[in-house]
Order: sequence, then C-alpha cells, then structure tokens
Amino acid sequence: MSPRYAYYPGCSGLGSSLEYDTSTRAMCESLGVELVDIPDWNCCGSTPAHAVDHLLSACLAGRNLEIADGMAEERKLDGIITPCPSCLKNLKTTQRSLSDPEFRRKVEQVLGKPLRAGLPIKSVLQVVVEDLGVEALGRLVKTPLAGMRVVPYYGCIMVRPPRLMRFDDPENPMALDNLLRELGAEVLPFALKTDCCGAALGTVRKDVVARLSGRILDAAVEAGADAIVTACPLCQMNLDMRRPQINRANRSRHNLPVFYYSQLAGLASGQGEAATMMDKLCVSPRLLLNSLAQHTGERA
Amino acid sequence: MNIGVFVCHCGSNIAGTVDTEAVAKAALEYREVVFATDAMYACSEPGQAGIVEAIGTYALDGVVVASCTPRMHEATFRRTLERAGLNRYMFEMANIREHVSWVGKDKAANTRKAAELVHMAVEKLRRNERLQAGEFDIAKRVMVIGGGVAGIQAALDCADGGLEVVLVEREPSIGGKMSKLDKTFPTVDCSSCILGPKMVDVAQHPNITLYALSEVDSVDGFVGNFNVTVRRKAAYVDWDACTGCGECAAKCPSKKTPDRFNEFIGLTTAINIPFPQAIPKKASINANACIKLTKGKCGACAKVCPTGAIRFDQKDELVTEKVGAIIAATGYDLFDFTKYGEYGGGRYPDVITAMQYERLLSASGPTEGHIRRPSDGAEPRDIVFIQCVGSRDKSIGRPYCTGFCCMYTAKQTILTKDHMPDSQSYVFYMDIRSPGKNYDEFTRRAMEEYGAKYIRGRVSAIQPKNGRYLVKGADTLLGRQVEIEADLVVLAVGAEAARGAGELAEKLRISYDPYGFFLEGHPKLKPVETNTAGVYLAGSCQGPKDIPSSVAQGGAAAAKALSLLSKDKLASDPQVSGVKLARCIGCGKCESVCPFGAIEMIEFRGMPKASIIETVCQGCGVCTAACPQGAAQLRHFTDNQILAEVNALCL
Ligand SMILES: Cc1cc2nc3c(=O)[nH]c(=O)nc-3n(C[C@H](O)[C@H](O)[C@H](O)COP(=O)(O)OP(=O)(O)OC[C@H]3O[C@@H](n4cnc5c(N)ncnc54)[C@H](O)[C@@H]3O)c2cc1C
Ligand code: SF4
Repeated sequence: MSPRYAYYPGCSGLGSSLEYDTSTRAMCESLGVELVDIPDWNCCGSTPAHAVDHLLSACLAGRNLEIADGMAEERKLDGIITPCPSCLKNLKTTQRSLSDPEFRRKVEQVLGKPLRAGLPIKSVLQVVVEDLGVEALGRLVKTPLAGMRVVPYYGCIMVRPPRLMRFDDPENPMALDNLLRELGAEVLPFALKTDCCGAALGTVRKDVVARLSGRILDAAVEAGADAIVTACPLCQMNLDMRRPQINRANRSRHNLPVFYYSQLAGLASGQGEAATMMDKLCVSPRLLLNSLAQHTGERA
Repeated sequence: MNIGVFVCHCGSNIAGTVDTEAVAKAALEYREVVFATDAMYACSEPGQAGIVEAIGTYALDGVVVASCTPRMHEATFRRTLERAGLNRYMFEMANIREHVSWVGKDKAANTRKAAELVHMAVEKLRRNERLQAGEFDIAKRVMVIGGGVAGIQAALDCADGGLEVVLVEREPSIGGKMSKLDKTFPTVDCSSCILGPKMVDVAQHPNITLYALSEVDSVDGFVGNFNVTVRRKAAYVDWDACTGCGECAAKCPSKKTPDRFNEFIGLTTAINIPFPQAIPKKASINANACIKLTKGKCGACAKVCPTGAIRFDQKDELVTEKVGAIIAATGYDLFDFTKYGEYGGGRYPDVITAMQYERLLSASGPTEGHIRRPSDGAEPRDIVFIQCVGSRDKSIGRPYCTGFCCMYTAKQTILTKDHMPDSQSYVFYMDIRSPGKNYDEFTRRAMEEYGAKYIRGRVSAIQPKNGRYLVKGADTLLGRQVEIEADLVVLAVGAEAARGAGELAEKLRISYDPYGFFLEGHPKLKPVETNTAGVYLAGSCQGPKDIPSSVAQGGAAAAKALSLLSKDKLASDPQVSGVKLARCIGCGKCESVCPFGAIEMIEFRGMPKASIIETVCQGCGVCTAACPQGAAQLRHFTDNQILAEVNALCL
C-alpha cells in the first residue's frame, strides 16, 4: 500500500515558497506518496511564538497535531510530514514537550481538547531519503542533471538538534548530497552545509544575514558550484531574495541561483520549468538551465 | 568455645548510623560469646592490642570482628589472632560498614541489622575448624604483556631482580606510544634517546625472552603456576636468520603500504622494519600488502635476502610458558578522530591527530622532522590545537579526562616554535590540567615564552577556505565568538582502552571498568594489584597516564612480582573443597562443572570417586552446589555452616 501522510505545508508554502510546496506535491505524487492536507491548519508559530511563550507555541503547533490525530485512523495516515524544517522543529518540539503531563494539561486546557500527538512527524526529505530511498527518485529521472555542479545546503535545523530531529549526521549530513547525485548532478563537498544563513534575523538585523549568507555564497563559489540547493524556505529566501542586499553589503557580485531540491527532482524527471516554477526564483537560473538543456541536447 | 566479639566504630563511618555499643551488648546474648565490646578503630594498633589482650584474659578461642569488608582487613585480623596464639581461621568478620552503615540512614534498623550479621558470624564461627595452610611450588618466572615504556620498565626491573621474564608484545617492535614521540614533557628531552637504551637493554638482558608480534592466546592456572599460551604471529621471516640489514625493504616493489608506525602519514613497503631503533630489529611482512602473499608473484625480498630468511609459508606458532606472575602493561589506544563531524577529521587532510603531529616533528618521521602539511607539503604558519578531543564528553561515552593531552599540547606548541620561529600556535582548551611536578610551569612557558595563544572554549566547526581552514569557536572568557584561519589543525585526541583489552582481561580473569581500563585491587591502597592473585597492572592499561607515572607503575608492579616470587613456596588457601569419600557416589557431576579443572576421578576400593587437587582448587564452591550427595564440601563454608547462618537470621 502506498504511504499516506498528513501534509503540513507551512505558511510560506502558500506564499514566498510556493514553488517549494508545488514541486514537493508533484514529487510526492510521482513517488506514490499520498498527501492529505491538514484541514484548517494554522501557522506553527514560527520563530516569534516560541521566542516569547512556549505555551503559545505549543498550542499553535498542537492544534495542527490534534487535527491530524483526528483523521489519522479514518484516513490510515502513516504520519505527518512537512517540507519546512522550521515548521518541523516546532511540531516535533511540541510533541516532545507534551510528554510532560503537567504541560500537556495546560495545552489541552487552552485547546479545549485532549491531545494524542502520537503520529510520527518527519520532513518530506526524510521520508524520501530514509523510507523510500533516493533510488526511488532515481528511477523517475528522465533527463539527468548532468554537468550541473551543485552544493547542498541543509541549513542549521534540518538535522539539529540531533536528539530532536533524529535525521542524518548533525555535523556532516549526506541526505541531500546523495539525493542530488541520484538526480545526476555533480555534488561538491560543502563545508558550510549546516551553517546558519541568519534565519529570521533578516527582518531585524539585515547586517547579520548579509554576513552569514554572504559567507555561504562565497564558499559555494569557492567550491566551484553552479548552484546552491536547499530544503528550507527561509534559507532559500535569505540566499535568493536577499541577494541584492547581501551583494551590496559585502561588495560582492554573486549570481548563483538557489533551487529547492524538489524543483530539481521535478526537472530531472521531466516535469519542465513551468511545472517546477523556475520563474519564481529571484536570482534567475536562466543561463544555467539553458546550458543544462544544451548539455542534455548534445547527449541526446 | 569462648567467643569474643569486637564491634568497630570506624570513626564515624559505622558509629554515625549504628549504635555499636548496643550491638556489642546484644552479642553477649549469643551462644558461647563470653566477651563483647566496641572499639574506635579495631584495625589500629591499640584496637588490635585490645583483641590480643582479650584473647588472653578471657581465654578466647574464636573472634568475630564487626567492621568493614573482609577485602579490607580480613588478613589483618587473622594475623592478630596468630600473634595471640590462635589459629587464623578461628575468625569471622561481619561487614557492618559497606553492608549496613554506608547504605542505610535509619539508626535503629541499622543497629538491628548489624546485630543480626554479628549473630550469623558467631554461629558460623562456632562451626569453624582449625585449618592449616599447605604449601606449593612456584615458577620463578614472570610474564609481562605489552612492551610500552611501562612494560619495559617492569620487565627490566624483574629481570635485574633475578627473575626470568617473558615479554609479549603484539606489534613487531616494543616501545609503545613513547617510541613514536618526538620529545617529551616537561623537560623536552628526546624520546628515542631516553627510551632507546632501555629497549636495547631488553634485547640484551640474559633473563628476558622477547616475543614480539605475539599475543596471549589463553591463560590457565593460578598464582605461582600460570600456564600462558602465546600466539607468535607469522612474520613470514625467520627471525633467527634475519640480521635486520634492510635489503628486503629496499627492494620491495609494494611501496604504497600504509605506514602504521608513522600513523598513516606517508607510505612504507610491504616488508619492513618499522623504525630504525626497533627492538627486535627484524623485518616482517604485512600480509595484506605483500604481492607474493596476495597474488602469488614477486618474491623480490627472498631474492635479495643475504641470509635466506624469508618464509612465505610461515604460520602462526603457539608456545606455552609457565610463569608465577603476570604483569599486564597493554597501554591505551587513541580516540577515533573521525567521530566529531564538526572537526572534519578524516575528511580534511590537514586536520590531523596529535600523534600524527609527533611523527611530523620527529627527525626519524616521514618528513624528517620538517613540519609539512599532509595535503600539499607546505610549511604551515598558523596552527590550531584543539584539546579534549574525545575526552570529557559524556555525549560520546568518554566522560573522563585523559590527563596528559594538556601537557603534550603545550609541548607541541613549544616544539612548533622551535621548528618554525615565525609560526603562531593557538590552543582551544576547556581547562588546563597540569598538576605534576614542574608541569604548570611548563604550560605557562608555552604561553609566556613561546607565545602560544590559549583560548578557553570549544570549536564549533572547521571549514576549508582558500586552501586554509577557518576554525570557528567560542572564547568563553571574553564571551565572544572567535574565528582563526589556520594552515594546520591538530586534534589532541584522548586515550581509550587498548583494542582487545576486554578480551585480555577475561583471559586473565581480572575486572575492567566500563571504558575497558583494567581495575586495580583498591583505588588507593592496591594501585598495581588486581583482584586475581599474581596478576599485576602497569601503565595506561589501568587508566591514562603520562610517562613518569607509567614508569613508576612499571617499577611498582615489578616490586610486587619480585616480592611474591621471592619465596620458594606459596601457602595454599585451605578454604578449598574436599570430598567425603563415604558419601561420594562417583557420578562425576563436580568434575564437569569445576571451572578450574581441580577435580579428578579416582578409584577407591574399586569404586569411582571424586578427588580434589587442593593446589588447583580456588574455593569457588560450584562443586558443592552441584553435588547431589552433599559429599563435596567447601571447607569453612560447609552446608552446616551456611544453614547455621540462615537459622541465626530466620529462626
Ligand atoms: C600525542 C601524544 C604525546 C605524548 N607526549 C608525552 C610526553 O611528552 N610525555 C609524557 O610523559 N607522556 C606523553 N604521552 C603519553 C605517553 O604516550 C604514555 O604515558 C605512555 O605511552 C604510556 O605507556 P604504556 O606502556 O602504559 O602504554 P603504551 O605506550 O600504549 O604501550 C602499550 C604496549 O602494549 C602493547 N599491547 C597492547 N595490547 C596488547 C596485547 N593484547 N598483547 C600484547 N601487547 C599489547 C602495545 O602494542 C604497546 O606496545 C603522549 C601521548 C600522546 C598521545
Ligand atoms: S588533559 Fe587537558 S586536554 Fe586532555 S582531556 Fe584533560 S583537560 Fe582535556
């Protein structure tokens, strides 16, 4: 039976990272993973909620868990998945803090409902890499990303804190590396793969993002990459949308495109640029995609 | 029988939570107890004098002391009895410290329990016999396992004291870690110059037999009479014929063999002598790298060997040695530096271990003492040292401090400056631990005279950057993040138990701690003894140690072995099993369960009977439990005695 998961897109999935959400859904469909949207879901609280009030944060995330619980049996769900590592961290933190009965009682009081919160919670990436195996994705490849030299950028929370996330090596994760290799790309070693991009500081301390994201871009260029590949909406936004700010602050002229891995998976499996929403990227991947097409054309 | 009972306060250790006076009073009610008292320290001079006096005054013929564990003072009090003219086995100990006062806080309950334990001891003592120890012959030879500096010291001291020594080393040469070091703290004298002569002494000492490239296969027997089977691994070279000329290595075409001695920096040949000062100076073949042994062709070494010593068909050989004592000196191994992903050990060529750095510093190392980066052979300028790599970290199961890496890191910064005056060393540390004689002065010198910059904090990541490495960390004294660009990063890897230490401990029947280090007999009072008679410990196998402490322990272990084997015969423990022939039906169950092979089946008036070999019996009591007839009885722990104790407790 094909796996079926409750799907939590996260707020950015409907806005700033629409291309991530869309290409993730397409990827899941072609892999035979059925997604059941959590009806009437709400924001997980993102960074602000847990920064000011743990109870608030747990209630926001907990409400989503409760809705998923409610349909788990009827829809035979294998768990809850989300493409966004930050949402994932909030959902998993909440699940963990609910194991404290006292805290759980408070959350249930606010929500007015008992909570089970027993479904496994994973990132889409984890399901693809650990449950299905990257080979499953490999089998879908029609036009390998041959000649494309990429560095995978996981961001700081996809694999951390290790005891919460329980996914891959917290210091040197390889999930994306292996996945991208399976798509035919040339994956370069990338020492900054789990460094922080500046995350939510982009709104209040642009200088910090300019410095931290600037380094990631510098290192990607030094490594000889044609593109950076991410699995996090916030990382992608900082590296991509804030590129002019970063370049200005650092007097740099970086123009590397920053993809979501799901976009490249779609591209390699022949879904085309429109379906994978390549036009949503701020730094245009045009030149790279043209040369990729040429490359594939030559081989064909 | 007239029994005397002495209840010890052990200062406040016992008296704090046990009413010792009440226990003594209760004891007066027990059968045949004619005298009972409490004492401040029963084991002290006045305490023992009190026992001797009471034995005289009250014509005691048996004594119970209620105090600490018998492991601590049973032997002490037995000697006290002997001084007063009693048989040493007319003594019992009730452990009211470890079993009572240290584990319970309720004084009334403790006092009751202590009195009951005394009652049991009295009932057992009433059935004790006046046992006499026998004697047995011993082998005046000692085996030292492990030829690091601790084992070398132990072997030389034993040999100088007149014992025959068998030294077993699993590597092709003795010397251990010290033979890989360049210079040693805190005097910065050359390691080979101080160790080399000792290694030569081992080779030349008439009393020492050296088995290099050998390991202990099995151990039988007991103190005074161990039989140790040693596996001499195939070197594929006849060492009697080999002169160590090195012609073979010069001609060997397999030149890309990983160089273990040089910590895998650089390459060597399949046949080699690991280093110029090796003892024995004999060639051996790495079977995995040898073309002849893997592919069947080559044999270049055999063609050039002037003495025809090469033996491609050599097999492992087993030899058995009879020895009276064994000294384990198997040292330590180093923490696997690839385990911390954030440092990139194993991924980045210029992130190396401190032991690899020692090889780079050493004039006989792969770079002839020039510090060169493994990646491109360039001379580094900025070097970052990271301490506590694999030490003091619960998350990786290494909560202990290795104890010598602070010191060797300071040494390495000093040597770095000596080698390259324009270089700059940075040291990330958690705390500086340098409590030895002249040690703290040494680390201060590294900072003050040699300009090493010490940063208190951990490193979060190392990342390649423009051909160098960006080392990111915290300075917890300034509360700031720091970033240092380095050409080379040296990880001060901690010590862990030697590979295979657990298996060896099981062969020797000694205990080891959760990390694999061997357990000493008592953490303070028996630092080189073990709980198995005749087996001693020296050096880092007992816990990480620097050279001075390892040498001191090697000497101490040798002194223990010498004093044990200075006697011609050892007294056997009479508390062993015996078989009542009238009851024995000759079923042989006891023979099959005895773990020491101490039971033989004999014929007695035409009937099969079991018989105990008293010098082999260790008094474990397994046969008494197995015997369906109650014929096998452990002296001093007979069924009747144990039942009497149970009755005292329960009736
Ligand atoms: C980088 C570095 C630098 C150091 N610098 C200094 C310094 O400057 N000054 C200082 O005082 N200390 C220094 N030390 C510490 C020093 O290495 C130890 O104190 C010393 O080596 C301990 O000696 P040992 O004989 O106990 O153990 P080892 O040197 O480990 O010797 C043990 C021997 O036993 C052998 N062996 C192991 N298992 C078996 C077995 N089952 N059967 C047979 N043989 C076996 C091994 O092959 C080895 O030869 C340094 C350590 C390191 C890592
Ligand atoms: S000796 Fe120093 S470096 Fe080594 S573990 Fe202890 S504190 Fe850390």
